[in-house]
Amino acid sequence: MSTPALSLKGLNKSFGPAKIINEVSLDIAPGERHAIIGPNGAGKSTLFNLISGLYTPTSGTVELNGEAISGMPAHEINKKGLSRSFQVSNIFTNMTVRENVRCGVLHSMGQGYAWWRNIGSNKAVQQKTWEVLEHCALTDKANVPAALLPYADQRALEIAITIAGGADVILLDEPTAGMSHSETERAVNLIRRASEGKTLVIVEHDMGVIFDLADRISVLVYGEIIASAPPSEIRGDPAVREAYLGDEELPEEVA
Amino acid sequence: METIVFGLLNGVSYGLLLFMLSSGLTLIFSMMGVLNFAHAAFYMLGAYFAFTITGSTSFWIALFIAPVLVGLIGAVVERFGLRRVHPNGHVAELLFTFGLAYLIEEIVKIVYGKTAVDYRVPDLLNFAAFELYGASFPAYRIFVIFIAVAMLVGLWFLLKRTRAGLIIQAALTHPHMVGHLGHNVPFIFMMVFGIGCALAGLAGVMAGNIFVTDPAMAVQMGPIVFVVVVVGGIGSLEGAFLASLLIGLLQNFAVGINLKFAEIFGFLGMTDLSEVGRISVSSLAPVLPFLLLVLILIFRPQGLMGEKEL
Amino acid sequence: MSDTTRGFADLAPSTGAKFRQRTLPILIFAAILFAIPMAGPSRTFYTLAHQMGINIVFALSYNMILGKGGLLSFGHAVYFGLGGYLAMHAMNWIEDGVGIWGAIPMFFLPLVGFAGGALAGAIIGWPSCRKAGTTFAMISLGVAELIFAAAFMFDSFFGGEQGISGDRMNGIELFGLSMGPIDEVYWFIAFWTVVGVIGMWAFTRTPLGKLSEATRDNAQRVQFIGYNPQRVRYLVFIFAGGFAGLAGGMAAVNYEIFTPDALSLVPSGFVLIMAYVGGITYFVGPIFGAILLTYMQSMLSDFTEAWLLYLGVLFIAIVMFAPRGIAGVVFGFLDGVRGENPGRYFGRWIMRLVGILLMLMGLIVLVEVSVRWSNGYGEVYEPFGLHLGHGNVLSWLLVILPAVAGVWLTRFASKEEEGQ
Repeated sequence: MSTPALSLKGLNKSFGPAKIINEVSLDIAPGERHAIIGPNGAGKSTLFNLISGLYTPTSGTVELNGEAISGMPAHEINKKGLSRSFQVSNIFTNMTVRENVRCGVLHSMGQGYAWWRNIGSNKAVQQKTWEVLEHCALTDKANVPAALLPYADQRALEIAITIAGGADVILLDEPTAGMSHSETERAVNLIRRASEGKTLVIVEHDMGVIFDLADRISVLVYGEIIASAPPSEIRGDPAVREAYLGDEELPEEVA
Repeated sequence: METIVFGLLNGVSYGLLLFMLSSGLTLIFSMMGVLNFAHAAFYMLGAYFAFTITGSTSFWIALFIAPVLVGLIGAVVERFGLRRVHPNGHVAELLFTFGLAYLIEEIVKIVYGKTAVDYRVPDLLNFAAFELYGASFPAYRIFVIFIAVAMLVGLWFLLKRTRAGLIIQAALTHPHMVGHLGHNVPFIFMMVFGIGCALAGLAGVMAGNIFVTDPAMAVQMGPIVFVVVVVGGIGSLEGAFLASLLIGLLQNFAVGINLKFAEIFGFLGMTDLSEVGRISVSSLAPVLPFLLLVLILIFRPQGLMGEKEL
Repeated sequence: MSDTTRGFADLAPSTGAKFRQRTLPILIFAAILFAIPMAGPSRTFYTLAHQMGINIVFALSYNMILGKGGLLSFGHAVYFGLGGYLAMHAMNWIEDGVGIWGAIPMFFLPLVGFAGGALAGAIIGWPSCRKAGTTFAMISLGVAELIFAAAFMFDSFFGGEQGISGDRMNGIELFGLSMGPIDEVYWFIAFWTVVGVIGMWAFTRTPLGKLSEATRDNAQRVQFIGYNPQRVRYLVFIFAGGFAGLAGGMAAVNYEIFTPDALSLVPSGFVLIMAYVGGITYFVGPIFGAILLTYMQSMLSDFTEAWLLYLGVLFIAIVMFAPRGIAGVVFGFLDGVRGENPGRYFGRWIMRLVGILLMLMGLIVLVEVSVRWSNGYGEVYEPFGLHLGHGNVLSWLLVILPAVAGVWLTRFASKEEEGQ
């Protein structure tokens, strides 16, 4: 078996006496689209924050392509090839859409902290920026200030910034939250295209999106993973039904 | 020996004065997130008001009235100035108080003149409390210690034992929750700002006659108070208390030590021919707080009692 | 493929737009500087212009950290001063012909200043750039006090109270400038002002410059696209220190003396006020601020001893009512006049202007009467032949009536705007 793209080993996180994440272990294979579901307050966002380096685990490790990354600062983790989006749009509101994406692109092009060259003169950077914008269907809004974007486009931009650096492992935190039906459909298509050939970990409340996208689903309840299996098995799992019932209905299988 | 005793006594009284200033600053900061740059300007107002009131009535009336007046001015500034700037963020608020410090200093210069005013220790307290090793310790300094401790107890009582204190404490950590519970958060902010300024004013009343009451007193005291707040751990009253005493003692001891670097580090081969060797510890006293600040930032960025890293 | 190539090129502004927005203003700026000597200005004017040039570079360098980096510093004059001191020493080395210094023209001293400022920024910035916001502001203040106090301990570098002085008419002449007469120094100042402005403008167009803005707006997000915000701040801080040092080097040549006061809290506060009053959200803002405040500093201080009070009032008014500064007011006015219904906009604008002038009148009478009363020399404020003593009812009427009318007018204008 090849090295998992992302591997969590006995991960724990406590805030004072409160244990938010409890002995979470999970292997995600390269190229897998993995969804994490669970009721509100189960610790999904905390788990993302642990993986992406915003928090340091109380105990346990996170490995990215076999290399331990827990305890590293977030920007180092990002350089190793893991990128995340945020539940609440976290974009550079004073810049245009194009500049937002370009900030994400620059780093992967080895222009991290360059002060000796004009930002507009590098063709490769402009080309890559254009590609990402096109990917996310944002080209016609490229010169709009990010603050003026409609909500759904801000979410798309959030994803665009996340993938712009070309990371192999992408974490998306509720990318379709608050979207209408048609907007969600557009977002799912975008995510599918964006995660082509990459490892995707996604937290989502919309079960339609999850069962549509994911290869495997993990169910997080009170900081513990109670099941981790392909969608078809999750649907039938009695423990999952019990934990979930009354919160959200699992969609019926569509033949 | 006498250096130690007097250094200790002077250090404690100076440190407690610093705490009067820094407690108000900390209270305002942890509550509103505003670093009141004009805090030392309110301290100066306290001294000048005390001078005026002492002139027409007595020091004892000034001791009560001057801080109240300063607190009222603080509340007015919060209500009509700071509150308006609040939506523009903390940097804008800090800039507002920066401008305010400027303005207060200029107004004081116009009203009271550019030179020092004759604000004196009241006759009742103008005697030597005791003599030690042939040197006397002024009673007024004892009085300063007494007032500062009384203020400390009063503040503690207000915060821990009264309903208003409970609300303030809750508002420190969860301003929105307190608002939802039906308390008038803007009003609490105004009160806290007023109280903080009044504490600074009280410090001014107490210190203006020990030191000099002139328009430069704010600029001299301001940076040291900020150092106290950072060294103590921003937003921590306990930290501010510790740091105040620490800096008070440090400065007063340093003043009493006339050794030069060359004499201390002579074993390292330093002589007083070199420029560093000629620096004496006592001349270093005014710089010590800032040196301490830099050291703290390098070795313990969260401050003495701060929980989070700055 | 060619399709995409055209695509991304379309996103960037056209060459024409670039020229209009970027190159043209700088060309105009340079042309004005070039034309000034042809008008045969007076010595006073030159003195003022040199001060303005130095302050323009200084204020712009300050805005690299405040406006573009979101870092509020109360100690920026430290870098100006240290850069200037190094340049001052270099001036003396050139005079003495120490080492290779004999081969370096005086004209390049600002580069020495740049190096000094950047070096100071690199050393001091390391502990201070870890955090932004209020903490950074307090640290900058503490560091400034420390350096200022240290300046009086190390006489060999700072020269004690008298400072360090030198003579700029030494070394190799460049461009036929002996640097002696004031109109020759003008070319030196003008050259470095333009270099500084272009350099700092170019900096905003580099990846680091853009990242600095990104870090200001959202330091957390910057981390998650792979950058260390502390490192971004640190690098920007070094550059800001460098350009402040450049201004210091210009000042060294212009005044031929540097004293420890140059790195005290006073010039640090002044540069903050210049940049903020001018408008920190615009690149040109600090230029406006530097020109206006330098003018006020030298002219107003002749008319009234309370000019610092007016400065404080101006600053607070800007913080409270026009946080985008003079540049914001100017560009807002241009937008408004170009917008729909320019007539009504203009009307409101006039109303506001009159209101502000009325308030200002009340303020001036109040301050000037008070100043004279406070001095106690029995002097009386006598504008336009009026005799305004502090016991005179007319004085107080002239304070209260214009102030009330001014407040009413500006409020009325604001209400009208909302009602529209």
